[in-house]
Amino acid sequence: MGTSAAASGGTGTPGRSHRAVRRNPLTTLIDNERALGYLLVAPVVLLLLALVAYPFFMAIGYALSDRTLADPGVFIGLENFVLLWENQIYRQTLANTFIFTAGSVTIRLVLGVGLALLLNESFRFRRAVRAAILLPWIVPTVLGTMAWLWLFNPNFSVLNYILVNSGLMTTGFNWLTDPDLALFSVLLVNAWRGVPFMAITVLAGLQAIPQDLYDASSIDGAGKFQRFRYVTLPLVMPVLLTALVLSIIWTFSDFGIVYGLTKGGPMNATHVLATLSYQTGLASGNIGEGAAISLTMLPVLLVLIIWQLRRIRRSTAM
Amino acid sequence: MAATLSSGAVRSYHPRLERALFVWAPLAFFLVFLVGPFYWMLITALKPDSELYDTSKSPLYVAVPTLEHFIYLFEKTDFVLWVSNTMMVATLSTAIALIMGVPAGYALARMRFRGSEFVGTAIFVTYLVPATLLFIPMIEVMATIGMDDNIWALVIVYPTFLVPFVTWLMSGYFRTIPAELEECGRIDGLTRLGAMLRIAIPLARPGILSAGIFSFTLSWNEFIYALTLVTASAERTIPVGVLVQLTRADVFFWGPLMAGALLGSVPVALVYSFFVDQYASGLTAGAVKG
Repeated sequence: MGTSAAASGGTGTPGRSHRAVRRNPLTTLIDNERALGYLLVAPVVLLLLALVAYPFFMAIGYALSDRTLADPGVFIGLENFVLLWENQIYRQTLANTFIFTAGSVTIRLVLGVGLALLLNESFRFRRAVRAAILLPWIVPTVLGTMAWLWLFNPNFSVLNYILVNSGLMTTGFNWLTDPDLALFSVLLVNAWRGVPFMAITVLAGLQAIPQDLYDASSIDGAGKFQRFRYVTLPLVMPVLLTALVLSIIWTFSDFGIVYGLTKGGPMNATHVLATLSYQTGLASGNIGEGAAISLTMLPVLLVLIIWQLRRIRRSTAM
Repeated sequence: MAATLSSGAVRSYHPRLERALFVWAPLAFFLVFLVGPFYWMLITALKPDSELYDTSKSPLYVAVPTLEHFIYLFEKTDFVLWVSNTMMVATLSTAIALIMGVPAGYALARMRFRGSEFVGTAIFVTYLVPATLLFIPMIEVMATIGMDDNIWALVIVYPTFLVPFVTWLMSGYFRTIPAELEECGRIDGLTRLGAMLRIAIPLARPGILSAGIFSFTLSWNEFIYALTLVTASAERTIPVGVLVQLTRADVFFWGPLMAGALLGSVPVALVYSFFVDQYASGLTAGAVKG
């Protein structure tokens, strides 16, 4: 557009042609919509190619090698993956990761939707409550996790204090040191952090539903339950699914909460893929194997990402 | 859910009891579960050790508050350095994210060019790629450009997850601003770039503010890159410093640990309390759109 105006001189509006005469080639280029589009997007594309795409392919290269901290290693094909599959700790970690994700996301979903419906009612101090319940999500994850590390302390913690003093138990739980309980404890903290996100997102979805629809369904004789089932639920579903996909991705790849509470222990009972990858790749220095462990997250992530992309496509196409 | 289902399905003869049961009781549960740990953090930070490790004393309140843990934090640890490191990293990476992400978001929302849809999708995908997939090679990448064990590495790396987020959020925001305003500006003689800089970007200030708040808190909270790319204590950020220095080798400094966790959370809590509405709307912008 700018180029043609400059070339044809006085054919445009008087103001435009006047400006066009004085343009240098650079301004003309910038005024070209397509060129400007590329120019504005280019820095982002370059950054992501250099610091996301490139490291990603490096990770694949590492995973196919026996690289360690001391030795650059050689190509060994899929050997790392074969060895992982035969490795008991890896298998347990894989199972832990799925239990951790399923457990945490279920709690997030049930409590998050419940809290959203609650916050959608009118009551006194609603704004203050809404602000307060977001705290676990706002506060730096690892710092919030420190409160739980201390809450789970078997000797001085308020949790065991209440359990013992109310007469429910005689000794209290070993929240983080009992291998049968530790995974539940860490997934509870992960859910604690995620509930506010789910609640606020779903609440926004609830508040976007026009009142007319509720009025119309009441006139048609729908009861409260029917209104929830046939108006609220279908309309809030797209938002809910998006929040769900994001929650699954973040939980599945979580590192900070497990690292902050147990570092994977006791006896690998709480290792998830991210912490085992750190442990193997950096703490023990087996970079190839560590990269292979984190790459095994990829299939699940890909399925979720593709599903989410298709949902967005469909909603914008409509 | 209980509140919505119950209050109308069965007409209650005890509206106050019902409200207590279905609104206030669940609210109390949520407040204790979600906010309780912060109360626990606060009273621990204020408790003298004599009270903290005496099981005959109630852990629920503090009898004689003290500031000894905060003093320990400032005098015996690198906490002050961690705060200034975190502040610097969060501010600079947020600035970089906005400078790169806002124009890119504008281009994706407004301009048609070959491949723009593909670029938009690719940027969204990188937003969903977790750092736990990339942290091992990232150490090598940073070493290659001379940034190994250097806090500036974080200023370079954080934009990798901030920029996709800002671009995505802003392209959604720009779509809500009518393009006619920029077209008017063009007729009045503004260049294409001028229309973006003088008309669209000023109108998008609320969106830019949300994107900025988010980027700042995301950088303040980041953990795995901060743990793996920086190892010198004086160069650490708050989350890593507090965790590594105050919980070493089974010796836990509970008082200072809670004091550090509390103080380290204050800046983001403050930013958030000033902009709670932008925060809530920004949090949901991406999700509601899908």
